[in-house]
Amino acid sequence: MTSWLKPHRIVLLLIAAGLVALVATSMRWYWLPNYYGALLAGIWKTLLILVVTSFLGFLFAVPLGLVQVTGPRPLAMLSQGFCTIIRGTPLLLQLWLLYYGLGSLFPQIPQIRDSFLWPYLREAWPYAVLALTLSFAGYEGEVMRGAFAGIPYGELEAARAYGMKPFTMLRRIWLPRAVQRALPTLNGEVVLQLKATPLVATITVIDVYAVISKIRQDTYVIYEPLLLLSLIYLCLTGILVVIFRYFENRIPTLNA
Amino acid sequence: MGAPVAMGSLELLAFSPPGWGGVLLRGLATSLTIAFGGYSVGLLIGIGGAFGKLYGGPVLRDLLACYTTIVRAIPELVLIVLLYYAGSDIVNQVLALFGSPPMDINGLVAGIVVIGFVQGAYSTEVLRGAIKAIAPGQIEAARSYAMGPGLLLRRIILPIMLPHAIPGLSNLWLIATKDTALLAVIGFSELTLATRQAGGATKAYFLFFCSAGILYLLVTLLSTVGIRRIERHANRGMPDVG
Repeated sequence: MTSWLKPHRIVLLLIAAGLVALVATSMRWYWLPNYYGALLAGIWKTLLILVVTSFLGFLFAVPLGLVQVTGPRPLAMLSQGFCTIIRGTPLLLQLWLLYYGLGSLFPQIPQIRDSFLWPYLREAWPYAVLALTLSFAGYEGEVMRGAFAGIPYGELEAARAYGMKPFTMLRRIWLPRAVQRALPTLNGEVVLQLKATPLVATITVIDVYAVISKIRQDTYVIYEPLLLLSLIYLCLTGILVVIFRYFENRIPTLNA
Repeated sequence: MGAPVAMGSLELLAFSPPGWGGVLLRGLATSLTIAFGGYSVGLLIGIGGAFGKLYGGPVLRDLLACYTTIVRAIPELVLIVLLYYAGSDIVNQVLALFGSPPMDINGLVAGIVVIGFVQGAYSTEVLRGAIKAIAPGQIEAARSYAMGPGLLLRRIILPIMLPHAIPGLSNLWLIATKDTALLAVIGFSELTLATRQAGGATKAYFLFFCSAGILYLLVTLLSTVGIRRIERHANRGMPDVG
């Protein structure tokens, strides 16, 4: 740790501290106490969206990767096409396609209007969750394909030699090994997903970005809320990286 | 009778004014201009940043580390909003300092600068990794031939690192084309916002967003073909792996 604190770093840190102090004293932060609760609720919403969509997206990514490696040809092509489309178009466009596009189609189908789903389809968050889940699945599906394809053939051969049926082999050998291989990339993907979450504010979901936008509209303070928002995302990313590093260190690997 | 209205008829995509095809294509052209400009600016920042990180003094290295870490940790959308407003404000304040009247910042230029600033952080990391993959003997040999830094960069480092950098750089190009869509949020009329305006005017959201999606997809697929060509060219003479 002592090598970390070289003389020039101390000077840089002092300058940084001075800048922070200048920002804290000379800029307008009077609005902060009024929006404290709303900000916390926004952060909570952002994290909730992040966790739910990453989890669902990962569950969807596993079959996407698997059928590309071993599935029947039509399914493999379908899965490949899905990944290409998701990775080849902007997430904002996908989100707006689902929200405005489907949203403009649904009301014209009377069956949907009468169904129990209608109250949910009128809200914005199902579209946000769907779009972010599909996006995560598209990117992670490509990773899972590589992970499934990269398992040493001998391991699968050994499983077959033990008389394992294909499904047992998948459950006991192939899937756990593939997930283990894909885990190191998961950190980057989840950070990317966190950085994608503010887009949901454009379809009226109130995450932390939307709260900040509201503060800017209410108070006419332009920069301070955005600086705070940057700081919040910086902290969230840092926390994610630390958590993933902890788990990665606990997974034993040969070439660690 | 409702469904045909929502699906829209293909006449809505006609190029001349009753149709919105021309608006979409103009949006696409703007998007591609910004993507190309931003990517180029990012590449320049990246080359400078990578060299600073590898050969610069300790202060420069730490500052560059802050730049790449902070930019890569904050969502592109937040950076774009922040830089867009702050950037035009700073320019106008500087102008006021010299007594000039405030000027309206060109949206295109602002978009290019903002995307370039974000891309620069990623390029820096990609190029740094690629330069580090060069065998040190090559650079030592060039130095012992008394090559200056400029010549060393042009003759030795850039050509040798290119095969290592291309996968990362091509990925960044694809990200740049998609990041231009974020400019729609600050009201800049590129492809995504033009699409939403077309949808809003005609209520045929589904049709227009699908068409825009196809346009973006075409850009991605054509880029992939081009990238593969460049890759084959850059990898000529390299041992064939796999």
